[in-house]
Amino acid sequence: MNGFTRTRHSARAQRRNRLATFGFYALGTLVLLLIFWLLFTILSKGLPSLRPEFLIKQPEEIDPGGGIGPVLFNSFYILLISLVISIPIGIGAGIYMAEYAPDNKFTAALRICVESLSSVPSIVFGLLGLAIFAEYFGIGLTILGGGVSLALLNLPMLARVTEEAVRAVPGDIREAGYALGMTKSYVIRKVVLPVALPAIVTGVCLVAGRAFGESAVIILTAGLSTSGEMWDFNLFSPGETLAVHLWYVQSEAIVEDARQIADKSAAVLVFVVLMINFMFRFPLWLGNRRKGR
Amino acid sequence: MGAEVESLASRAPKKHTEGKIKINAKRHSRHLLSNSLSRYYFLFSILALCFVLGLVIVFIGKTALLLFADVSPADFFLSFNWTPEEDFFGAGAFIINTLSLTALTLVIAVPISVGMAVLCAEIAPKWLTSFIRPVLDLLVGIPSIVYGYLGLTVLLPFLRRVSGEGLGDGLLAAALVLALMVLPTICRISDDAIVAVPRKYRDAAYALGSTRLQVIMRVVLPAAKRGIISAVILGMTRAIGETMAVVMVIGNTPQLAKSLFSPSSVLTSNIVMQISNVEFDSNWNYALHMMAFLLLLISFALILIIRFMGRKRRDA
Repeated sequence: MNGFTRTRHSARAQRRNRLATFGFYALGTLVLLLIFWLLFTILSKGLPSLRPEFLIKQPEEIDPGGGIGPVLFNSFYILLISLVISIPIGIGAGIYMAEYAPDNKFTAALRICVESLSSVPSIVFGLLGLAIFAEYFGIGLTILGGGVSLALLNLPMLARVTEEAVRAVPGDIREAGYALGMTKSYVIRKVVLPVALPAIVTGVCLVAGRAFGESAVIILTAGLSTSGEMWDFNLFSPGETLAVHLWYVQSEAIVEDARQIADKSAAVLVFVVLMINFMFRFPLWLGNRRKGR
Repeated sequence: MGAEVESLASRAPKKHTEGKIKINAKRHSRHLLSNSLSRYYFLFSILALCFVLGLVIVFIGKTALLLFADVSPADFFLSFNWTPEEDFFGAGAFIINTLSLTALTLVIAVPISVGMAVLCAEIAPKWLTSFIRPVLDLLVGIPSIVYGYLGLTVLLPFLRRVSGEGLGDGLLAAALVLALMVLPTICRISDDAIVAVPRKYRDAAYALGSTRLQVIMRVVLPAAKRGIISAVILGMTRAIGETMAVVMVIGNTPQLAKSLFSPSSVLTSNIVMQISNVEFDSNWNYALHMMAFLLLLISFALILIIRFMGRKRRDA
């Protein structure tokens, strides 16, 4: 005998439960479809008509057929500068918060600092870069200014991902290191960091992808123009990046094929960001799978 | 095993000559030095972060406060008249637009994100969850300017067709774009909060004969409430500070948004549209910096609210 009798109440609850389960799945399907449709729209509009020349040619002001050579180069160059500045400091700060910070008021204040900094809107970093480089040092809108401002924007995120990665390292392997008589910094360098490395690399890739597509900071600090040369390593020339170029083409350009250039730029931008995310994470993911077996 | 250790032990003294011990002492002091040096380096890094925060506050705040030498705070905060060419700096419309845009974004984004989080954490089988989470990460990776561009080229024509409005840009378009952008933020953090709810709560509720929906609505979501609220607030900070996606779809007209489709402007979009055209030593520039400072203060306040909630949870 079944001890449980279906009352009208419980039947209704079960009907609702089934309905809600269906609803949640429907919602999930819709959101996933929306995301894939978005990616498909961006990439399919730009990539099929993309020719290699487009990636290295100069942008044109008046004639159709311009490329994105210098702006693409500037994007990578500014990204590189910002990472070179922000990675050592960001990772150092993350390690401090995870390994050294004692549990006291000072640490709580530091934590509030990091969280506040990560909530600062990117446009405010743009204004800061503008005030420091254009007004205080008087060097105008430059690649250097863009790179440094972008580095400041990256810092709190890098610190956070490093802290999480280092905290996730199990304590017993640290203690094994100490038991061998290793100093704290030696344990961090030889034991903790190698174990935390995959997570840190993943975090750095996320940050790099964000920085590559960042535009509000770059518009204010590196400007809306390029020096007009392809391989311009000069830190003090104006440094329009690809993301900014997309904005410029869409809002101010007068060339007749502006729409096509914008479509292609958007596709290249998303493609590169996805590549940055996958290129470094894919080997790690493979390694994890092999370890799991 | 034991024999091996013994043979190692018997071999060890032969290797340790006097000279070797001296070198080890040198090496030891070198290690101690690098140990204390790296400690200072890590401390220096975190202090550098605080220094950057100080720079932000000082540089933006210093310029912003110059505004109040000429313009009264009441005019700035309460007036809706923004005609900088004639020295009217009323930012009230931008402030209200920013708040209403954020509210509208959350109204759209929160139900969807929390629903997705529940799906990931409670309902979906493991393979589906481990598929959805990386896909949401993809959404985080797309640059904000691309969201804006899509909004401009795909969403606006769609809204024009559906609503019959002439332009389609305005609060609704901006809120839809922003909702998509904050969705992964809110979803992932709520997801973590729901996963962190102890399993025994669920088991107890199931043992009482609850259906899964009842467990979710009456046990899991209330238990994860604080985490979900933090997620929503973090989503808010993103929505308030977002610039480029908003600037492309909101219409950029300095007026109060009276309907969902009236072109308007928010704090961030107004700053980025006007900052490159103004003199540094002008009230116009000071007013724009004041708006940025306001953004800063709002974000800090939101972060403090999250901290406050976190402390309460630990006390309880």
